[in-house]
Amino acid sequence: MDLTVADKAVNVGTGGRDHTGGVPVVLLHGAGMDRTVWQFQARALASHGYDVYAVDLPGHGASAGPPPADIEGYADWLVGFIDAAGIDRAVLVGHSMGSLIALDVAARHPDRVLALVLLGVAAEMPVHPDLLAAASADDHRAFELVASWSHAKAAHAGHHPTPGLWMMGSSLRLLERSAPGVLHNDLAACDRFGDAAERAAAITVPTLLLLGEHDLMTRPAAARPLAEAIARSRVQVVPGTGHMLMVEAPDAVIDAIVAFVDPVTGGSGAA
Amino acid sequence: MVDPGFLHFDTLELHAGQRPDVEFGARAVPIYQTTSYVFGDVERAAGLFNLERQGHIYSRISNPTVAVLEERIAALEGGVGAVATASGQASLVLAITTLMGQGAHIVSSASIYGGSRNLFTHTLPRLAGITTTFVDPRDPEAFAAAITDDTRLVFGETLGNPGLEVMDVPEIATVAHDRGIPLMIDNTFATPYLFRPFDRGADLVMHSATKFLGGHGVAIGGVLVDGGTFDWAASGRFPTMTEPYESYHGLRFVEEFGTQAFLMRARVEGLRDLGATMAPQTAFYLLQGVETLTVRMQRHVDNTRAVVAFLVDAPEVAWVSYPELADHPDHDLAKRLLPKGAGAILSFGIRGGRDAGRRFIERLRIFSHLANVGDARSLVIHPASTTHATMSAAELEAVGIGEDLIRLSIGLEDPRDLVADLRQALRASQRG
Repeated sequence: MDLTVADKAVNVGTGGRDHTGGVPVVLLHGAGMDRTVWQFQARALASHGYDVYAVDLPGHGASAGPPPADIEGYADWLVGFIDAAGIDRAVLVGHSMGSLIALDVAARHPDRVLALVLLGVAAEMPVHPDLLAAASADDHRAFELVASWSHAKAAHAGHHPTPGLWMMGSSLRLLERSAPGVLHNDLAACDRFGDAAERAAAITVPTLLLLGEHDLMTRPAAARPLAEAIARSRVQVVPGTGHMLMVEAPDAVIDAIVAFVDPVTGGSGAA
Repeated sequence: MVDPGFLHFDTLELHAGQRPDVEFGARAVPIYQTTSYVFGDVERAAGLFNLERQGHIYSRISNPTVAVLEERIAALEGGVGAVATASGQASLVLAITTLMGQGAHIVSSASIYGGSRNLFTHTLPRLAGITTTFVDPRDPEAFAAAITDDTRLVFGETLGNPGLEVMDVPEIATVAHDRGIPLMIDNTFATPYLFRPFDRGADLVMHSATKFLGGHGVAIGGVLVDGGTFDWAASGRFPTMTEPYESYHGLRFVEEFGTQAFLMRARVEGLRDLGATMAPQTAFYLLQGVETLTVRMQRHVDNTRAVVAFLVDAPEVAWVSYPELADHPDHDLAKRLLPKGAGAILSFGIRGGRDAGRRFIERLRIFSHLANVGDARSLVIHPASTTHATMSAAELEAVGIGEDLIRLSIGLEDPRDLVADLRQALRASQRG
């Protein structure tokens, strides 16, 4: 489906099903990526009865740009999106940069959020200076570094549960599709966001921190201050996965989201 | 600058797509000789059928042993994924049925495998009204001129068959992309060890894995690899990728699967409906070959260079065609695109014409006369009377096949024995 936010077209995936009045779940991808990172979760949540909004953030995928320059800008955009979609309160599921966006909205607009699921999240997301420099130069090496560091070492040899899918190549190709400057914009926004724990203290909604056991980009220990800051938080580590846990272990992530969100929302059909 | 730390090519040959079996710790890839897979609960079964859960349903569509081969070739080619098929020919059919329908058009290099040419020339027009224009692989402008509003694919081989024309993949990719058409390369003769078409602009790659990938002449199979590079939505010419597919409740493949749209459609429609599936036993055989691809291909190339050096000076030989030779029309292109070697296939003309050719082939002791290439053993064939026998004299001439042409596929034997075998057979060939 297509929506318009601030006069700009937004491309939204619904997981292959029309909305049926279920609990709205907004899926937010990470830096330089697009909504297809949620391909399996979107379909599973939709068939579970949720109204899925897997968005291409501004300037990503098929959504018009430019991308906001900082996390707060993305968060303001997301509130505008929730308005445009006619949603009262939504479950926000974010990955990496998307998790910071979701966190910022939940902290500043608690009345618009039912629950949070934050994947690959950390209290701070400093970006390696070599990566920032490569991204700033639109050097292909930036895509390679993100693709490499985003997957657990075991994933570098593949063995994906989707028959025939070569995950490393797939991640690289997705990043290569980003418009020039977008990856750098996003990484710089994450780098500048600073200490998320302080803002997270304002979060009152149930929050699941879903972490990759071998995440090199946002190590599980780096999420601890968030768990301490958010009153109603729970931490779940997905064994064997890295930063791209929803791609590396799609089933485990589907199960974790549904197991957390179902009780919080009283079941997917009861909006 | 820090290094990304990806696994390197030779390591991927041995490890991509596989982790040691969790149940028994089997290090080699086990053969999952099963038709079907227990679902567990009903919700998981529904999730598998709705493409929201991952796993195997039925071995016509996917199988764990075959999936290792698929992932491994995708890794070696640098694609987003692959689908293995019953043969290389089935990979070509699968690509075409995934991309196009009634009345579509293909632009193909004229120098391609005889089986591919038959499919394009006779079977596709009869079944689906899909027509093909054949063009000189050395003429990018001819590709451009042949593309019409109905064109859905530009196709060629890295190394033409049997003339060994080197496809200018970067140039022809640009020609195709400028017109919103994907480029598919049959990379059978080069293998990803010598050439990776995706790095040079191709969008789809197919292999007859029967040849160098398997390398031992024991199993027929194909692999179709999706580069994930082509923007189907922007092209606007591929409704199979962009429009709702009623067979999956209105699924739009590009919308749902992004860079993997082609890969997903090829499997869940193409293998499901057409059924040209690779057997797990076959995948196991082919994997044994892929594990040693680097060392074999380098030896294939080294041996080929030794044979070429001998043939160039042999008095019974009128001409030798191998892209590394200075007089080959694609010499410079081969140096640029195939720096590790121009493969292990070569052709030459024997003095004395058809009769001398027959005597030569019959006197060979180590070289085997058969219709294959890419075996560990050295092979020989006379295309005009075998692989290209259905082509008229004019068609043969158009693709550069003279009646004196002999094609060799150089194996892994000691090169001294190969040269000795060729020497005695060449001498005998002239004693009419």
